[in-house]
Amino acid sequence: MTTEELIAARRAEPWREALRKSKKNKERTDIVRVEMNELDAEYRSHTRLEEVNLGLTKEQAMLEAQRCLDCPNPTCMQGCPVSINIPTFIKNIERGEFLEAAKVLKETSALPAVCGRVCPQEKQCESKCMHLKMGKPAVAIGYLERFAADYERESGNISVPEVAEKNGMKIAVVGSGPAGLSFAGDMAKRGYDVTVFEALHEIGGVLKYGIPEFRLPNKIVDVEIEGLRKLGVKFLTNCIVGKTISYDDLHADGFKGIFAASGAGLPNFMNIPGENLVGVMSSNEYLTRVNLMDAANPESDTPVLQGKKVAVIGGGNTAMDSVRTARRLGAERAMIVYRRSEEEMPARLEEVKHAKEEGVEFLTLHNPIEYLGDERGRVRQMRLQKMELGEPDASGRRRPVPIEGTVETIDVDEVIVSVGVSPNPLIPRAFQGLEVSKKGTIVVNEGNMRSALPDVYAGGDIVRGGATVILAMGDGRKAAAAMDEALRK
Amino acid sequence: MNKIVSKEHFSANVVKLEVEAPLIARSRKAGHFVIVKVGEKGERIPLTIAGADTTKGTITLVIQAVGGSSKKICELNVGDSITDLVGPLGQATHIEKVGTVVCAGGGVGVAPLLPIVEAFHKAGNRVIVVLAARTKELVILEEQMRAHSDEVIVMTDDGSYGTKGLVTNGVESVINREKVDLCVTIGPAIMMKFVSALTKKYEVPTVASLNTIMVDGTGMCGACRITVGGKTKFVCVDGPEFDAHQVDFDEMLMRLGAYKDIEKK
Repeated sequence: MTTEELIAARRAEPWREALRKSKKNKERTDIVRVEMNELDAEYRSHTRLEEVNLGLTKEQAMLEAQRCLDCPNPTCMQGCPVSINIPTFIKNIERGEFLEAAKVLKETSALPAVCGRVCPQEKQCESKCMHLKMGKPAVAIGYLERFAADYERESGNISVPEVAEKNGMKIAVVGSGPAGLSFAGDMAKRGYDVTVFEALHEIGGVLKYGIPEFRLPNKIVDVEIEGLRKLGVKFLTNCIVGKTISYDDLHADGFKGIFAASGAGLPNFMNIPGENLVGVMSSNEYLTRVNLMDAANPESDTPVLQGKKVAVIGGGNTAMDSVRTARRLGAERAMIVYRRSEEEMPARLEEVKHAKEEGVEFLTLHNPIEYLGDERGRVRQMRLQKMELGEPDASGRRRPVPIEGTVETIDVDEVIVSVGVSPNPLIPRAFQGLEVSKKGTIVVNEGNMRSALPDVYAGGDIVRGGATVILAMGDGRKAAAAMDEALRK
Repeated sequence: MNKIVSKEHFSANVVKLEVEAPLIARSRKAGHFVIVKVGEKGERIPLTIAGADTTKGTITLVIQAVGGSSKKICELNVGDSITDLVGPLGQATHIEKVGTVVCAGGGVGVAPLLPIVEAFHKAGNRVIVVLAARTKELVILEEQMRAHSDEVIVMTDDGSYGTKGLVTNGVESVINREKVDLCVTIGPAIMMKFVSALTKKYEVPTVASLNTIMVDGTGMCGACRITVGGKTKFVCVDGPEFDAHQVDFDEMLMRLGAYKDIEKK
């Protein structure tokens, strides 16, 4: 059966037809889109670990599910990089079969509870929802996804997807972030013997070291990892492919295919004076200390600077994560410094909204040009150049240009630089024969994620340079399908 | 995993541990380091590898108890395991035959200097080792150094052993007496700064192995960044060895103190 036929067949199941007919489309579209329940902004800006979004209640979820029109041609699915059968899981929620809904998610997604929290649905599935064509807000697909995944986890009845008969073929995955986990899950389901190698001491990659607890609790990630273990995926921490073991070692150990998903390793800096002062750091360092090392916990041996006047440079999701973390660690003044205007900010709208509610100041159209320190080399001030928007640049966004003679000096005691990352050079350096772009990313065939080395596939930020969890997961799925096909030949 | 198979006290605060780590023992080269974490809530700290035994599958680490985390490691005993150990990290020392090499080590920096001394000697160089310590009891690995070099000069601050003076006095005495083609220095940052200043004056090319604050050790965080020749470099992936004459040691010293005020315990 083709994908289209499969979608149609499931849509034609009797329960679903009956459900569809139980309400007129007009009744469905008249329902107002649900709003996420959230922790109080003032309270949460001082609590380090509690999740901001509280999820939907059963009643809210079932009502929101009614909004979905169960379209014959579900365009939402085209917006999903891992091709979740969206109407099928939503209609299961509508009829109250929440565990069934979770099973549908797990058919194609290794991390539904994660995606339900951190995917930019407004740019993916929800951007293709029929409701938008009628001038109404999209169905809250992301909230519903989270609801189903959370319901299953909290119920204790966690299903394990069907696994094909073991074929005995060993597959290596380099990196345990979203791309690696998604790939590992798909290959394990196909019967492969999958081992994931992780450089850090914890599994999860950016889901653990990058995304803060208040947006994605570690215990949620751990449950999803446990699910992969149940599929038979093996994990090896503290092992760096290219350092601890080599490409040749993997071959000698009988690995037939390798998926490189080592992520975006190197933080970018701006190369401006004073950037190496004490108290100026990358968002990777700051978030790793707080998230992975739990440095704000007095029990942890790892220290972290807890500034009172903190500036975060950049306008992406990582910048929002950093500034909101700083606020929670006691910053009286937590500032976003961004060289363009709010409209061009790459961060999700929800993150910007949450940051503002939590008292974060936005210094848009400002660009740091220098940091000044005290006699002990600690950062004390930043000099900001005011900017205005000029002609569009290569990215299509209007280019920020300095306004002559307008430089401001602001007191700071901590600066977090969040202006993007570059690919980790470890894998490209260690695997002779890979094709590497000028930016340092691994070059792959976009159709199948295969690199210049026939047994090496790659995906996620090591290929994209810096993208989202869901795009990385989509790469993992695509690579798994292609590697499986190649190995079957 | 990572079980401690032997422990030796070099002095009250300096401990040598032999740790089971067969994969690292096999792949490490002179100059590489590892990241070590002790306990679930432990801190990740870098330690340069002081040696390895591939048949036993062990690596050697020499640690000085200076802060909370290094003390925790020093308190481990034979049979205990290091919670997390990852490596080998960094770029290996570039070893070639250059002629005469002076290797200047101070404090626990002497330990990671040993594999470098061995490698340069093996490559056919004339190797002169300058070992420096505050006092006699703190001089470590003298015998092993003698076994792999042409000469060992011991310097103590108080003159209790060898010649009274600093590591720089020892290095200068060699430079004054014969042609030196390369100097390699490992030790406290302040010591390397002065060795570098001295060899710069005599135009002797010098390599320093730097030990900075790190978190992941794989290039991800940038905590270890320093300025070399006016450019920012990451010690973990670009180093740990750099042309000492290009290193901004004052900035490095300042950055090493980043968490002095808030270091835990």
